Amino acid sequence: MTLRTISLMRPRRFATAVLMAVAVLFSCFMAYAADLPALTGRVVDNAGIIDAATKAALTQKLADFETKGSDQIVVATIPSLDGEEIEPYANRLFRFWKLGQAGENNGVLLLVAPNDRKMRIEVGYGLEGTLTDLHTKLIIENDMVPAFRAGDFSGGIAKAVDDMVMVLEGNPEELEARGKRNPADDSTSIDPIVAVFLILWATMFFGGMAMAFLPPMFGTKLSPGVYKWLGMTFRYGRGPSRSGSSSWTTGSSSGSGWSSGSSGGGWSSGSSSGGGFSGGGGSSGGGGSSGSW
Amino acid sequence: MFAQRLASPSMFRTLPAFLVMAIVLPLLAGCGYNTIPTAEENARAAWSEVLNQYQRRADLIPNLVETVKGYASHEKDTLDAVVEARAKATQITVTPETLKDPEALKKFQDAQAGLTSALSRLIAVSEAYPDLKANQNFLALQAQLEGTENRIAVARRDYIQAVRDYNLTLKTFPSVLWATFWFRSNEPFANFTVDEDKMQPPKVDFGTKQGG
Repeated sequence: MTLRTISLMRPRRFATAVLMAVAVLFSCFMAYAADLPALTGRVVDNAGIIDAATKAALTQKLADFETKGSDQIVVATIPSLDGEEIEPYANRLFRFWKLGQAGENNGVLLLVAPNDRKMRIEVGYGLEGTLTDLHTKLIIENDMVPAFRAGDFSGGIAKAVDDMVMVLEGNPEELEARGKRNPADDSTSIDPIVAVFLILWATMFFGGMAMAFLPPMFGTKLSPGVYKWLGMTFRYGRGPSRSGSSSWTTGSSSGSGWSSGSSGGGWSSGSSSGGGFSGGGGSSGGGGSSGSW
Repeated sequence: MFAQRLASPSMFRTLPAFLVMAIVLPLLAGCGYNTIPTAEENARAAWSEVLNQYQRRADLIPNLVETVKGYASHEKDTLDAVVEARAKATQITVTPETLKDPEALKKFQDAQAGLTSALSRLIAVSEAYPDLKANQNFLALQAQLEGTENRIAVARRDYIQAVRDYNLTLKTFPSVLWATFWFRSNEPFANFTVDEDKMQPPKVDFGTKQGG
């Protein structure tokens, strides 16, 4: 009976069953990540407490600040913590988003949960010495708590970001050194000069290789060392008429067509995916401090 | 003469051995030979971070005690309890064997937990002294203490995860084959229990909760 049902459901049912099994498997893997918000920008206002003008200004300010010293500051608001403490949640979110550059861990996460009336500034490993626990505590108590009590979320967050940037700029030499070690956005988009070089190199390398191997394998042999392939004539080795120039030109033209075709598509897709904002691979060990209002 | 030595028969005899090594050694890495040592070192590194953060907390305490003493000298019992708990926690020597011995880890854990509760009592007592709470030094120490407690919590979570990964490599296929035939002296590490990890760090209240 089971055999029959299997054979009956084979064509379509079986495919859907497999698809569902795969979907279930994937949902298991995604479950951990699903309860954390996506990193949609430098200001992730899921609780909807920051007005549009402040959000735009903050995004611009934070983008400018990252180009200067490569420090990534992200402001996030979530409606509710769902009963979790804010410290582990902020650490989880920080590590999920990988704020800060990979080797520097120079990210900062400002998290506000209005329904729980809690906020936290989580500081990456690399900035713990500059933006200390005391700094973050003072920023929370002096900038955010009074403003939040008055209901001015946008103002409090903007002031806190200003003060964090001020503290981080307080040591300009170190900031510049960090900026130089991590040139802005080079990790995500490919330099056009490098791309041109790679295309040229690929043309010469693969074109030459293709020219050397493919005609003897796939072409028709006209005479010793002379092959006809794809409508072109290739001459090899010690033929008496060493008019290598003709073979080189045909070879390189075919090579360039091939490499530009494949590599052009690849690079353009790569750089377009790097257009949005994403974390640089940093981590945090629980530095910073929290507060409530 | 040089060529002669190169072509000596012993050289030819060892050549196949070299070739076999050259092929087999990378294969070993591919087959997961590195899995167990990597996981073990990760767990040890995570443990070092735990120790590091506990040490950081212990280093903060003398300053904190001195500051509190200046304002609340007659809270002698609470202050003495903190000093005593600190001494007890720092006395326990931690050796690499501690990780393999659940008893020793438990002892270390209990001593640190004792210090945690003594500290939270001290912070609670200091709430009653407005002058102390207004002291900048005390504010700084409190912020650092709070941050350190949180770092301890993170380090413990990371350690629990790293030990779980390591212990799994000793028990699951295919790395269990390496554990049986090669890394026979590797033992699972003791881990913090879940209850202990759920323990909350002492809440430091700056008296800002009237609004909430």
